[in-house]
Amino acid sequence: MSGAVHEADVAVVGGGLVGAAIAWGLARSGTRVLVLDEGDVAFRASRGNFALVWVQSKGLGMPEYAAWTKLSSDLWGQFARRLADETGLDVAFRRPGGFHLCLSEREVENRAAMLSRLHNQSAMVKYGYEILDAAQVRGMLPQIGPEVAGASYCPLDGHVNSLRLLRALHAGMQQFGAGYLADHVVEKIAPRDGGFRLTTRHGEVRAAKVVLAAGNGNARLGPMVGLDIPVRPQRGQIIVTEKVAPFLDYPIVTIRQTDEGSVMIGDSVEEAGWDTSVGTGVVSAEAERAVRMFPHLARLNVVRTWAALRVMTPDGFPIYQQSVSSPGAFVATCHSGVTLAAVHALVVAPAIARGELPAEQYIAFSPRRFHVPATA
Amino acid sequence: MSELRDSYDVAVVGAGPAGLAAATVCARAGLATVLFDEQPAPGGQIYRSVTTTPVKRDTILGADYWAGAALAQKFVASGAHYVPGATVWNLTREREIGVSVGGAARLLAAERVILATGALERPFPIPGWTLPGVMTASAGQILLKSSGLVPDGRTVVAGCGPLLWLIAWQYLNAGVRIDAILETTTAERAAAWRHAPAFATSPYFLKGLRMVLAVRRRVRVVSNVTELRAEGRDRVEAVAWRTARGSEQRLPVDNLFLHQGVVPNVNLAMAAGIEHRWDDVQLCFAPVLDNDGGTAIPGVAIAGDGAGIAGAEAAQARGMLAGLAAVRAIRPNAPELAETDAVRARLARFIRGREFLDTYYKPAAQFRRPAPDTLVCRCEEVTAGQIVDTVALGCTGPNQMKAFLRCGMGPCQGRECGLTVTELIAQARGVSPQEVGYYRLRPPVKPITLGELASLPKNQAALRSVARG
Amino acid sequence: MFRRLPDADGSSVEVTIDGRSTRVRAGDTVAAALLSAGVLASRISDVSGAPRAPYCMMGVCFECLVTVDGVGNRQGCLMPVKPGMRIDTQHGKREVGR
Repeated sequence: MSGAVHEADVAVVGGGLVGAAIAWGLARSGTRVLVLDEGDVAFRASRGNFALVWVQSKGLGMPEYAAWTKLSSDLWGQFARRLADETGLDVAFRRPGGFHLCLSEREVENRAAMLSRLHNQSAMVKYGYEILDAAQVRGMLPQIGPEVAGASYCPLDGHVNSLRLLRALHAGMQQFGAGYLADHVVEKIAPRDGGFRLTTRHGEVRAAKVVLAAGNGNARLGPMVGLDIPVRPQRGQIIVTEKVAPFLDYPIVTIRQTDEGSVMIGDSVEEAGWDTSVGTGVVSAEAERAVRMFPHLARLNVVRTWAALRVMTPDGFPIYQQSVSSPGAFVATCHSGVTLAAVHALVVAPAIARGELPAEQYIAFSPRRFHVPATA
Repeated sequence: MSELRDSYDVAVVGAGPAGLAAATVCARAGLATVLFDEQPAPGGQIYRSVTTTPVKRDTILGADYWAGAALAQKFVASGAHYVPGATVWNLTREREIGVSVGGAARLLAAERVILATGALERPFPIPGWTLPGVMTASAGQILLKSSGLVPDGRTVVAGCGPLLWLIAWQYLNAGVRIDAILETTTAERAAAWRHAPAFATSPYFLKGLRMVLAVRRRVRVVSNVTELRAEGRDRVEAVAWRTARGSEQRLPVDNLFLHQGVVPNVNLAMAAGIEHRWDDVQLCFAPVLDNDGGTAIPGVAIAGDGAGIAGAEAAQARGMLAGLAAVRAIRPNAPELAETDAVRARLARFIRGREFLDTYYKPAAQFRRPAPDTLVCRCEEVTAGQIVDTVALGCTGPNQMKAFLRCGMGPCQGRECGLTVTELIAQARGVSPQEVGYYRLRPPVKPITLGELASLPKNQAALRSVARG
Repeated sequence: MFRRLPDADGSSVEVTIDGRSTRVRAGDTVAAALLSAGVLASRISDVSGAPRAPYCMMGVCFECLVTVDGVGNRQGCLMPVKPGMRIDTQHGKREVGR
């Protein structure tokens, strides 16, 4: 271990969308921030996601999450504008509304029932959505195929260029003086002298506060500072096509056209541990559903497929907490780092700067929920 | 494609000298063998169109080229299943091959896989290299061999390496006027001379020398070119250069051919998960292999220039060794195995002297790590300056770089920019290219349509992971 | 600019290039045929609008992308010409459905 020592007010472990958004928010308020990141080849959910800013189906089982998601979606516009003004980078945030397309009557019924349950939860935040039949969908998406039986549509859904978002957050945070240390995997964190000491193979970082935003790496780091972070990798595989002239104005939860013209196709869920190899069966199944939804996609060339690992908690909802045994240590983890980037930057970061995650807003996201036996 | 089986003993990818030799020895030994190649006829690049070329006068292309005809004929007679016009877009660790023929994709399995996808031209990023009329020397060769087309008008050939002299020689034989050869070989070439004794005993030595002298007699050669630029608006109109002595010169030009060596075509091998390492002499990434071309993936081998640049004869020998290793695994008593030692000796003979060529023709640094306003990623139009600036932002490797700038995300999948990007990052960070690494390549390594992908087999687990409504 | 060697044999086929009927050599790839017909640029880049032409002729560079028989983004250097083929140079991004 070399002898370099860095000091900061806050050390953020993880330079992905969660870490960079929080670091940006902290740096803008004058906090001295240092972001520690892995090397070039790392799991990085931030490079493998579908780039949706999505509201419509979130929060079944935790209405607070629905409200949190809607808040982030509502803040996203000003968040994007600030990034553009400050860094000159347009992250292409669009909120035209989004669709979840169904390929059978049964899928439509299941979807309607699920959304009904979601919105009937007590304390559920109110926003509009519609269940559309095939004709209504065709009115908005003229190129859909004959097998599309219906859809759910929500005007709050949108998408963004998530790679450019990551780049903008990095540029933005450094503009405000945040430091960025790539290739600095954190081996150990120890509470020390009223703050924290982080050990990496290149040297040490000393900070008054530490934020764990290391995705699936949080599970290893959490216990070092008294935080319980039960996250596990969950594989998703994605297809991207060559760039084509714009044809799809709305994001579909499984198909979106990027601002550069390429078409991304998802959405798969597998419990595959840490394996990020692509399985032809899964991407083939995704391709087939996509072609059934938009038949003219069949002729497009696929230029790349990849598998990435979501950061998944036991119930799928985020974890935000300040450590009780080591105050000043925080965790922020979720599988919706794109959607929640706005609240991470504009709400969570200031709370961390003040040193408190107020119970009214954050208690639902505490990992203590995993230890409470489910009520009958 | 209906006659394609679901599985073979041996699948070979690439119909250059290595692939042809490998498939031939396997088929002759009685193994069920299939060879896939993208081109419509066998030969790879070095023996391109050797069975179909319209160039009938054998004095134009030279005797070495025509040697490929015999190789192709032996392959055709061997009984291997030959699938031309086939694009192999995936290879898994379990040796499942994804191939697309005639717009239809399918999967098949093989006991042994031999990748012989050969080499491609080292990227040669100079200002203006994307202008119409600027092509690689290999492109010129392909037009000559496959179509009998030669450049008309003012023609300049620029760069370094044995192939530069070969194409110039072939062009002169065909009556093409070459206005100049701009040689970018560096003054450091003196370092090569310590390898000269080995090279002098190589079969290439006299052949190469004769060719170079023949060309020098008839063409203006400018040596020690340190800067090079293609100029023009909608097409190349002039080439400008500077030599070590400093003054800038310019020639009007209609065709500019660039070449600074060839490097392994790594995309399929890397996407298959085969480990590659930076070779500091050949200045490229090459796969980690045993003496038979075997990789760490059981049953998967690499032969030919894809294993390391060594020329056609060495490629043929490596192909035979990989083929013999496959035979040994499946038919351990096959009589063909008796020639193994002789093939090893042949390979050693053709490898001898490579180090001289690699050092003598080492591409100069400024042509591997170009000036800031030079386009590096042709597909996404990213410049060297943008790449270096992003390193300053903390980007440590090509995969972060890809995410930040889109360079490497175009259809060529980094074939034209990967080495340049790695070397630029390495220089900016002050570390070795080995430490920087290369793009993480994924299937499909060549495009297939969404419809083709949709038509592949899917098991229940795959279907369940996708449709959860 | 390219010319054919005088003793290069081969019959010719009729194709259309950007709507114009032209005879090209049977056995040529689409990219070679375009070059032999004096077409300088196979496509206009969708990133910058710059004209691009075949660079490698071996399926590596993807500069030779053209629309063939109504299907876009075909690598011209990998497709042999066929009688009646419709070849169109590409301007900007491919259109979906084309």
